[in-house]
Amino acid sequence: MSFEMPVEKWASAVNTVTLGATAAEGGSRTSTITVGGDTTLPFLHFEGRSPNRPAIALEVLDAPPAEWPAPMAEAVADVCQDPAAWAGKCVEKFGADMICLRLVGAHPDQGNRSPEECAQTVKAVLGAVGVPLIIWGCGQADKDNEVMPRCSEVAAGQNCLLGSATQDNYKTITAACMADGHKLITEAPLDINIQKQVNILVTDMGLDPSRIIMYQATGGLGYGMEYAYSIMERTRLAALGGDKMLSMPMLAQVGADCWKAKEARTPDDAAPDWGPVAQRGVIWEATTATCFLHGGTHIFVMWHPRAAALLRKTIDSLMSQEG
Amino acid sequence: MYAIGERINGMFKSVGAAIRGGNPEPIQELARRQLAAGANYLDVNVGPAAAEPVAAMEWLVKAIREVTDAPLAIDATKPEVMRKGLELAGPGSVINSTKGQQEQLDIFIPMAVEFGAKLIALTIDENGIPRDANGRCEIALRVVASAMEKGLEPSQVMIDAVILPVNVTQTTPGQVLEAIRSVKLLSDPPPMTVLGLSNVSQSTQQRPLINRTYLAMALAAGLDAAIVDVLDSDLMDAMITAELLMNRAVYCDDFLKAYRSR
Repeated sequence: MSFEMPVEKWASAVNTVTLGATAAEGGSRTSTITVGGDTTLPFLHFEGRSPNRPAIALEVLDAPPAEWPAPMAEAVADVCQDPAAWAGKCVEKFGADMICLRLVGAHPDQGNRSPEECAQTVKAVLGAVGVPLIIWGCGQADKDNEVMPRCSEVAAGQNCLLGSATQDNYKTITAACMADGHKLITEAPLDINIQKQVNILVTDMGLDPSRIIMYQATGGLGYGMEYAYSIMERTRLAALGGDKMLSMPMLAQVGADCWKAKEARTPDDAAPDWGPVAQRGVIWEATTATCFLHGGTHIFVMWHPRAAALLRKTIDSLMSQEG
Repeated sequence: MYAIGERINGMFKSVGAAIRGGNPEPIQELARRQLAAGANYLDVNVGPAAAEPVAAMEWLVKAIREVTDAPLAIDATKPEVMRKGLELAGPGSVINSTKGQQEQLDIFIPMAVEFGAKLIALTIDENGIPRDANGRCEIALRVVASAMEKGLEPSQVMIDAVILPVNVTQTTPGQVLEAIRSVKLLSDPPPMTVLGLSNVSQSTQQRPLINRTYLAMALAAGLDAAIVDVLDSDLMDAMITAELLMNRAVYCDDFLKAYRSR
């Protein structure tokens, strides 16, 4: 008996979004990244197209944590006091497609750096690497509203990805994004309804939907990963069904979430039955990313270079069948 | 739901006058306004008073095509008027409509195949409008069988189970809902279902309320399309809300705006 593959016909596609601007496009990036454009569920090559590879960004913090888990220290301790050097290592040594610069040091409780200091960090990182840049605030709304416009301004024309607009705080960052020619991350707390609402709010301000990347405040393995996956899947189904307010590519913040988990951090002597800590966090991060890859994530913000390498290998394998 | 905007119809005074006077502007304005209000198709009917209906249809479709490429539902009973409308409207049109008797199906089904059009079929035949859901389904089955025989996919057929004014026959709204549910079981994939909605409230005092309440009920029964006054924003709000409640769209606080920004 012959088997006929059941093929769904979808009405629509995920938006295609390009990040980074080369000299010819008015920026100074030496490479750009294009994501999205999918016309089917993730990697169903027999059914539709996934024309663009998911991209891997490595995260650089402007102020490193007081204490790294041992495997992270091994990877970045030599450069983590200098964001530009850190970014350089991520690109040259670890092969990052993009850098995600997280301005944690602007947070009033974590250094309270001024908008100008943050802007100088942005400039330094832009000068150190040629890949596209994600610039993400500290997460404290009032401070981000001071910091992000200045950071956006010094990166004008570079077609960066700015994060993040939330339901309660979207106006300032959206205006900055529009003024300086960037793309925008819209964020929701693992809630597809709020995600759609933020997208409506920012597009109502005049931002074209093709300039948005969606981010659901992700949970890692053991901390809501399945729930995040199910929201990603539902979002992709809505996009393929023609919902223009859920048709943007998706981003997942994997590294920061996974390395918070006690399973990733706890030293060997405190958890002798959990396997070597040298591998645990890396596997935790790679497993979470692989799950979100199947959920339809387009941009991964990763921490550990070995986790990123494992993810890249999976992407290579899954994309090798793309015609 | 596919909304078929009903306003370009010679029965409306302003449209009739525009057709008679050869003045395209009121027609074009109605086309633009209905599309902006969410119409997926524009119904085009020259009205009963047109002396030269073929020429009037030609003029009407050309006037609309000057401002939009949106798909049209050519609303005529005479085959020659229908053919002229389809020729000028282009592919993706809707034939509105055929009745269920075989001699009409023999004309309009091949026309739908020839023009790549969808076909609205009323559940009316030589015996008139059936009294109940079963009678409506019998005619619908005949239409679907005939369509399949002549090479028209059932999914291209839109069965109109013919709603009558509630103040004329109060049992019909319930019978039509039952017919909509049953029609969906006739084939796989099933035919689509459509209603000329405004008829349900003809000559009543609460037309908009009756229209939008019945539309929500019909959508819950499986209605796919309706010929409606898309300029009635309360009606469109009810339609959008009903679709949301049936999980055809993802909820957000501004769900009305989200639908309209599609």
